[in-house]
Amino acid sequence: MSAFDLIVVGAGIVGAACADLAAAEGLHVAIVEPGPVGGGATAASMGHLVVMDDDPAELALSRYSQQLWEAYADLPEAEFSRCGTLWIARDEHERAGIAAKIARLAQAGVFAEAIDANALYELEPELAPGLAGGMLVAEEAVVYPPRVAEFLVKRATARNARLYLGRRAQRLVAEGVALDDGTRLSGPVLVATGCAVPELLPMLPMRARKGHLVITERYPAFVRHQLLELGYADSAHGNAPVSVAFNVQPRPTGQVLIGSSREFDDSRDISMSTVRTMLSRAFAFLPRLRYLQALRIWTGFRPTTPDGRPYLGAVPGLRNVWVAAGHEGLGVTTAFGSAGLLIDQLFGRRPAIDPAPYLPLRALA
Amino acid sequence: MAERYDVLVVGAGPAGLAATQAAAGYGARVGLVDAQSTQGGQVWRRDVRGAVPPDAAAAFRAVANLPNLDWLAQTQIVAATQNELLVEHDARARSLRYDKLVLACGARELLLPFPGWTLPGVFGAGGAQALVKQGWPIAGKRVVVAGSGPLLLAAAATLKKHGANVLGIYEQAAPAQLAAFASRLWRWPAKAAQAVALRAALAGVTYRAGAVVAAAHGDAQLRAIELRIGKQMRQIDCDHLAVGYGLVPNVELAELLGCALDASGRHPRVAVDADQRTSLANVYAAGEICGIGGRDAARIEGAIAGHAAAGAMQAAQAMQSARRRARRFSALLEMHFALDPRVRELATDDTVVCRCENVAWSALRDFDDARAAKLQTRCGMGACQGRICGTALAELGRYARGGLRPPIFPARLATLADSDFASIENQTAQ
Repeated sequence: MSAFDLIVVGAGIVGAACADLAAAEGLHVAIVEPGPVGGGATAASMGHLVVMDDDPAELALSRYSQQLWEAYADLPEAEFSRCGTLWIARDEHERAGIAAKIARLAQAGVFAEAIDANALYELEPELAPGLAGGMLVAEEAVVYPPRVAEFLVKRATARNARLYLGRRAQRLVAEGVALDDGTRLSGPVLVATGCAVPELLPMLPMRARKGHLVITERYPAFVRHQLLELGYADSAHGNAPVSVAFNVQPRPTGQVLIGSSREFDDSRDISMSTVRTMLSRAFAFLPRLRYLQALRIWTGFRPTTPDGRPYLGAVPGLRNVWVAAGHEGLGVTTAFGSAGLLIDQLFGRRPAIDPAPYLPLRALA
Repeated sequence: MAERYDVLVVGAGPAGLAATQAAAGYGARVGLVDAQSTQGGQVWRRDVRGAVPPDAAAAFRAVANLPNLDWLAQTQIVAATQNELLVEHDARARSLRYDKLVLACGARELLLPFPGWTLPGVFGAGGAQALVKQGWPIAGKRVVVAGSGPLLLAAAATLKKHGANVLGIYEQAAPAQLAAFASRLWRWPAKAAQAVALRAALAGVTYRAGAVVAAAHGDAQLRAIELRIGKQMRQIDCDHLAVGYGLVPNVELAELLGCALDASGRHPRVAVDADQRTSLANVYAAGEICGIGGRDAARIEGAIAGHAAAGAMQAAQAMQSARRRARRFSALLEMHFALDPRVRELATDDTVVCRCENVAWSALRDFDDARAAKLQTRCGMGACQGRICGTALAELGRYARGGLRPPIFPARLATLADSDFASIENQTAQ
């Protein structure tokens, strides 16, 4: 039986960030990952680093983490592209909410500016006529998450972490985990398996919220900023069976990545009715998008807790078992912040932000 | 706006045309779909200079003016379910519903990476033949034809007919392998006659076995190739190189539908029973997608699939011995044109393997899993979705090609948004 200071189960972007940080702190780390590194939600995601201000806890974590992402701005593997986020107001009602949003972001240290309709079309000439304006968060960026996850795992293994690739953690055992090949690893366990959390921790509710994405051939400068409608939060936080929002991203390759949709559905099948609704929404904002060639459609699953916040902390009732999972659509943005919050707790240190809103204990109340 | 067919045939090459003819003969309502504007597929592609071969002309005539046939030309398949195809025609979405589906998607060329293979002036052997048939000017150009298989002779003959100066045909198979192949060819008199006719058309052109193109040289354009014959290296100055290492079944549509594939070889083929039925009860497959066998096997299997799809099982049964005989020829081809391991070792560190995403061999060497390689390097994420690089990597023994995602071919976003298609099962590996 191999002994470790921390066994990280799951090498998505969150698990990889935790393992990397733990190894940097001098811990002897094991990483257990059945599929390719960064092959789950990390691979399916858009890779948009965005501060969300709808919920104070979400704002604190996404801002904290976004600052940590700055350390990777020059990392080739990150393919960091500071295209900025341009939030679009369809009408005066949506535009009226911008001032309060800017104020909330400013309080968290994020600079955002209001964009009037004229400036909006200068920034993005392809946008449909008749939009009211928007809000630009110029410092935000997009990255390519699977390569970052791989980089973090490699850096951790260079610091003596041991990678169990192709192995599945079958169950928790006293003081460790049992792998599917019979291997037992001993040490504190950190479960970072996203949607698969209930397999090891059935007491923590988690649902897979499916999303669809479509990517096009290369059309450089068709759009220049990550574009989101201000109504996005209603889609992200609402409980409609199927919701879509205008969410379009310029990839550094010149490809256009089109989202987003949310529905609770466990099958990987592509729902063409969802794709239709999602694309129609995007065409309403970018009319000429309809003439672009689509290369691929895929689905992915966002690990979603009942209140939409991740579980970051000790699992109540279990000794030396920790969890970092359930980031819904913000796992890439909040990966480094989550790792910081978790590893600080592991060491009994006071985290940079208040850990209370993310403690798993709330799920058992 | 959805059309409904008793039998829908995908691919208007020899197999698809035979299936169409057979099924339509029973009065079934048949749809025949192809991305090209004319029938014939790759092997019977119309030549702007040449007459239509008699067997092709007969196959075209047999399906011309059938009242119960819809010929759906220039129609690209976007997505598929077990009773419906989403297609794009004239930049518009269409739904084609079917009771029975016959897949006759044919084959594509196997292209293997070697230094310089991405230079302008380097083509696939079949690719060059197709371009020239469509009128691409080749007269007076110095062309080397290389790679493997009988396609080299056919391609060279077409190029020569169009005025190319064919400097030589270089087959990778060893001389002894070729001699053994030739000695068995008498059992298939039609094939033997074909080979004799091609050799006659190529009189005076060097044909050399055991020769491999190791590199192509040039800056912005091909200037010369480096040929390895045994232990000797030889440089040949030329304007064009037409190089292909044989054919690979186009299984993508079958795979997306969820048909079982036979993955025992380096490249998957669609698994079928004696009636050409796939693992899905209402889906049949015929011709090259069931394993490379040439046009005779394709004609017979297409007809069997057409009869079976129309419910005429006796007619399908009657062709079993012809089918077995034709398939024996494909086994012969596979055996005698087996690739020399050396052609799998031509790529160097900076040889581009994935042209869509510009991924070099050195970036791919450490992966033993297609999905991990794709996630980390984007290999196979481009427009061809790994049809070229994934196939080459499988041939090079790296790993099996990864799963395909819809759309099967790039399609307009409007086509996806305007369709009334329900859902696409994700049958392929993630």
